[in-house]
Amino acid sequence: MKRPTAPPSLSPTSLQLEQALQLLGQSGRLPPNGDRGSPAYLQGLIDALVDLSSRDALTGLANRRAFDVALEREIDRVARSGEPALLLALDIDHFKRVNDTHGHKAGDLVLQAVASALIDTVRPMDLVARVGGEEFAIILPNCQPAFAEAVAERVRRRVEDMPVVVAPNLHIAVSVSIGGAFAPQWVRSTPALWVERADKQLYRAKHQGRNLVQLEPSAVSVVSAEERRLLFDSFQFQDIE
Amino acid sequence: MTEPKRSGILAITSGKGGVGKTFVSANLAAALARAGRKVLVLDADLGLANLDVVLNLFPKITLHDVFTGKSTLADAILPAPGGFSVLLAGSGMVEYSRMTPEVREQLQKVIDEVTPKFDHVLLDTGAGISDVVLYTVSLAGEVLVVATPEPTSLTDAYATIKVLATTQGRRRMGLLVNQTRKPGEGRQVRMQLQQVVDRYVNPQLDSPVRLELLGEIPSDGAVRDAVVRRQLLLEYLPGTAAAIAIVATAQRIIQL
Repeated sequence: MKRPTAPPSLSPTSLQLEQALQLLGQSGRLPPNGDRGSPAYLQGLIDALVDLSSRDALTGLANRRAFDVALEREIDRVARSGEPALLLALDIDHFKRVNDTHGHKAGDLVLQAVASALIDTVRPMDLVARVGGEEFAIILPNCQPAFAEAVAERVRRRVEDMPVVVAPNLHIAVSVSIGGAFAPQWVRSTPALWVERADKQLYRAKHQGRNLVQLEPSAVSVVSAEERRLLFDSFQFQDIE
Repeated sequence: MTEPKRSGILAITSGKGGVGKTFVSANLAAALARAGRKVLVLDADLGLANLDVVLNLFPKITLHDVFTGKSTLADAILPAPGGFSVLLAGSGMVEYSRMTPEVREQLQKVIDEVTPKFDHVLLDTGAGISDVVLYTVSLAGEVLVVATPEPTSLTDAYATIKVLATTQGRRRMGLLVNQTRKPGEGRQVRMQLQQVVDRYVNPQLDSPVRLELLGEIPSDGAVRDAVVRRQLLLEYLPGTAAAIAIVATAQRIIQL
């Protein structure tokens, strides 16, 4: 039988300490306090690296990885508590045009400006994430359906009202399209399904002219007149006694 | 992160009430039992349970006693006529007709505990699309939507299918058409529902919903006779057209 080998002792040289400190410095973070190699120092370092790996480098928002973790946690919470939670999917309208016309530097400024507008318009408990190039998402825990429209509209208007300075004397107008859906309460669903539903509404907002909010009708159980017509179409109901 | 769907659990739901959901649950259970399966019917219509009425049982111990800790689960599982077991909600369950974290946890616990002990667990859900009903269905691996060939029942069945597809990601759903007036009407109802699903629901999904006709029970005076006498159709009038149709449905469920 093989004897388990003792774990290598934590030596500052065996860890990629220099590289870690370099990454922290590059992201504008201070090195951890305490003696190099001490438990407090290492804990501070891990905390800083966790924070670093959860954020989008350009905007400072939660990144895709952190978003996925938060989404999973939230959908689980909603399933257990039944509290309503809203997911907003946002996309900057005609972002490619900004990049093509004014260059990538301008594009980056737009992304940063939108990011700070989003952070400013939601509650501290809400999670704002950059999930793709010009795609953002906001998880709003404990958001009552009655307020969903107002919240999403506030976000949309805030971006609309904020011209972005991309060069001296050059302001450009930016807008976002927003789709939203609530997590299914009580029921154990999947993050993918929730994102799919919010994305579907975002797609509708884009197709209806952009700079718009589209929320999933809270009652998906409503059967429209058209659906009803097709349902009964050509069906011969027998006389009901 | 989704818990594995339990294939032995079948939720029986309808949208509209009064389409024979409880009648179907009880008689399907009897047919499955007759095919040698170990079956439990759980009366998940917590607010308005009436499986006990259909089966002519007067339970002393119900789910309510299990939820409140007055009784063990084993004591609450009762033998029913027809050779299957039942777990009855009882009339004290009105307070559970609204979803709370407690109801959710209790129900989940009960189902986790009984599932390994049976080949089939049938969840007889309440009518409507309340959160209790949706939650109960979410616990099942398979779902059977019961409908009758009437406009209101079709509409409610369609609404149920739409909600389950959209919020629970269900792609395969069984359909049982009850009280058909002519042969082939079940197929027609399935086609009609599938047509509307294809047009209005499927385009929004990454993969399409497919409705599977698992049974068609002809309108049969024998059903009324059995229900009034509080007897299982399969025991009381086993040779009737409706009883034969239920046995055929059970065979299809076994093959799911």
